[in-house]
Amino acid sequence: MSVSGRMETGAGMISRTAGTGKSLSRDAAMVYSGAVRGSRNLVSEAAFRRLLRLVGVAVLLLLVAILASLFVASMPAIARNGFAFLTGTVWDPVAARFGSLPFLVGTLMTSFLALLISLVFSLAVSIFLGEYFRRGIASSLMKTVVELLAGIPSVIYGFWALFFLVPAVRFVETKTGIIPYGVGILAAALVLSIMIIPYSASLAREVIGLVPADLKEAAFSLGATRFEVIRKVVLPYARSGLVAGVLLSLGRALGETMAVTMVIGNSNMLPKDIFGPANTMASIIANEFSEATGAVYMASLIEIALVLFIVTAVINIIGKIVIMKMSVET
Amino acid sequence: MRKLMKLFLVLALLSFSVAGLAADQQELTGAGATFPYPLYSKMFDVYSKEYGVKVNYQAIGSGGGIRQLINKTVDFGGSDAIVGEEEAKSAGAQVLHIPTCAGAVVVTYNLLGSPDIRLTPELIADVFLGKIKKWDDPRIAAANPGIKLAALPITVVHRSDGSGTTNIFSDYLSKVSKEWKEKVGAGTALNWPVGLGAKGNPGVAGLVKQTPGSFGYVELIYALQNKMPYALLRNRSGNFVRPTLGSTSTAMNVTLPPDMKVSLTDTDAPDGYPIAGLTWILVYKEQAYQGRSEAKARELVRLLKWMTHEGQKYCEPMQYAPLSKKATERAEALIGSITYNGKGIMK
Repeated sequence: MSVSGRMETGAGMISRTAGTGKSLSRDAAMVYSGAVRGSRNLVSEAAFRRLLRLVGVAVLLLLVAILASLFVASMPAIARNGFAFLTGTVWDPVAARFGSLPFLVGTLMTSFLALLISLVFSLAVSIFLGEYFRRGIASSLMKTVVELLAGIPSVIYGFWALFFLVPAVRFVETKTGIIPYGVGILAAALVLSIMIIPYSASLAREVIGLVPADLKEAAFSLGATRFEVIRKVVLPYARSGLVAGVLLSLGRALGETMAVTMVIGNSNMLPKDIFGPANTMASIIANEFSEATGAVYMASLIEIALVLFIVTAVINIIGKIVIMKMSVET
Repeated sequence: MRKLMKLFLVLALLSFSVAGLAADQQELTGAGATFPYPLYSKMFDVYSKEYGVKVNYQAIGSGGGIRQLINKTVDFGGSDAIVGEEEAKSAGAQVLHIPTCAGAVVVTYNLLGSPDIRLTPELIADVFLGKIKKWDDPRIAAANPGIKLAALPITVVHRSDGSGTTNIFSDYLSKVSKEWKEKVGAGTALNWPVGLGAKGNPGVAGLVKQTPGSFGYVELIYALQNKMPYALLRNRSGNFVRPTLGSTSTAMNVTLPPDMKVSLTDTDAPDGYPIAGLTWILVYKEQAYQGRSEAKARELVRLLKWMTHEGQKYCEPMQYAPLSKKATERAEALIGSITYNGKGIMK
C-alpha cells in the first residue's frame, strides 16, 4: 500500500478500509495528515465519491446493455422459434429447426454433477486448511496449490481430460458393462469439478477461519470432540459463506466452455444418462458460432446465450435468497 | 504509484504510434476460412517481402469471412463454401469466387494394424446414418476381400464445431445417398443421427486415436501430417481412389463453370478423389465501394493474380492441392472481370 497515494482518498475511506488491525497506528497518522490538509481533502473526497458512483453505475449499465443487446440480437429467432425454442429437442441448422432443451439439460446436468463431486473435496480441503492446519509450510503450500488450480487455462484442462481422464472413464465403463464412449457428461463433470474446487474451497476456508474461537472453546469445554465441534459449531456458523462459495463455483461451472466441449461428446440429443454424450449451452455456441450462416441460425445461437444469461442470473438470485435466509437464522 | 501511471501512459502512447506507423504502409486485410490459413500465411509472408504489401488474414472461419465481407470490413473474404442465396442478397453487389487451392476430406478409422480399407459411397452413408453398426458387417467385408475385420462396434466421430470440412463431407453424402439428403442434408453443422462430436481436426483425431473401432473424417492435410490411416473410396467411375494431393487436383477435371462456384464432390474425373473441394477468396466485382481508393483495388487484384499463379508453387510443399490448368484460367478470367467504377483493373 503506497502511503502518498492513499492519503488523498480521504479520512472516511481510510477508516473504513482499515480493518486489518495491525496498521492501526499508521492509519491514525494518515487520518491526522488528511485533516491537516483541510479543504483540499474535502474536494478530493467529493471527487472520489463521484468517481466511485460513476464506476458503480457503469458496471450496472454494462450488465443491462449486455442483456439488452442479447435480446435485440436474438429477436429474429424469438419471433420465428417462439416458445418451442425452450421445449424443442431437435437442433437442426440445415432444416432451420432450433430447439435448445438438450443443451439446457446438458448444462444443468454437468454443472450440478460437478458441484456434487467438487463439494466433497472443497469441503475437506477447507476444513483441513481452516481448522486443522492453519499455519505452516505444508498449509501454505496446499493453499497455493489449490489456488493454482484456478489459474490453469481451461483449454489445458480440456486436453488433459481428453487424453487422460477420458481413457480412464472409458476403462471403468468397459469394466462395468456400460457403452464405453469415454467422453460424455460424466467426463465433463469430472473435469469441471476439479476446475471449480478452488472457487468454493478458498471462500469456505476463509469463513471457517472466521468462526470465533470463543464458540469453539465453549464447545470443547463442554466435552465435544473435534469432529463434533466441526459438525455442530463450525459448519453451521460458516453455513452462509459455504453456500456463497458453492454459488461462485456453480457460476463458473455453468459458463465453462472449452474444457467441457472437448470431453462431453457434443451430441445434440437429449441426454439419457450421465454416461452418454451430451452438449451444453456454452459449448454449442462456441462450436457453431464462427460458421453460422443465415440470420435465424445466428440469432438462435444468441438466443441460447440469452437463456444461459437468464439461467445463471436466476440460480444466483435463488442462491442469494438462500444465503439471506440462513444468515437471519444465526 | 504515480511513476507506474506515467509508465503506463507512455506505453499506451507508444503502442498507438506503432499502430499509426503500420497504417501508413500499404496493407490489405482479409478474414475467413481456417482451412487454407497455413498456406495463406506462407503466401502472404512471401508476398509482403517481394512487393512490400502487408496482407493481414484472420482465420475466423468461412461463415465469419462471408459476414465480414458483407459488412465491408475486409478487402477480401476466405471461404470453403459458396456464398448462400440469403447472404448473396444481403451483400447487395456481385461477389466473385476466386479459387486458390483445393483440399480433400478423408475417412479415418481406428482398427488394429491400420489396414487400408476400401469403402463405397453407400457404406460411408450407412455408417453415418447408423445403419451399419459393426465392423464385421457383410457389406464392409464384401468391399474388402482379404481383410479380416473384427466384430467391433463402430463408433462414429464427427466434428462438433461448424466447419467447411463438415460442409464438404455432407455435400458428398447428400450427393451419393438419397436417404442422407432427406434426413440430414448438407451444411457446416448438422443434426447428426449418430456418433460423438469432437472439436476441430485435432479433437476428431484425438478421439479416433483412442477409441478402438471408431470411424470419422478429417482434412487430408491433417491425416497426412499426423500419419493417420485413411480409406480408399470408390468414385463415380467405379475406381477405388487413394486420397492424395494428385487425386485431389485431378478431381478438378470436370466441366468448370465460368464463375467457379462448383462443388467437386463425387467428381466425374476417372482418377479423381470424390470428397474434394475448392477454397475461394471472395471479393466484390465492383471495387469502388465505401470510398476505397483505386490504388487499393489495384493492390488487391495484383495479390489475387499472384496467388493464383506464382503463389501456386507453395501449395504442394504445404500439402494443399494446387489449381489445375483449367481452373487457373478460369480464376484469371474472374480476376480480369474485377472493375473500379466500371473500368477493368487488370492489365
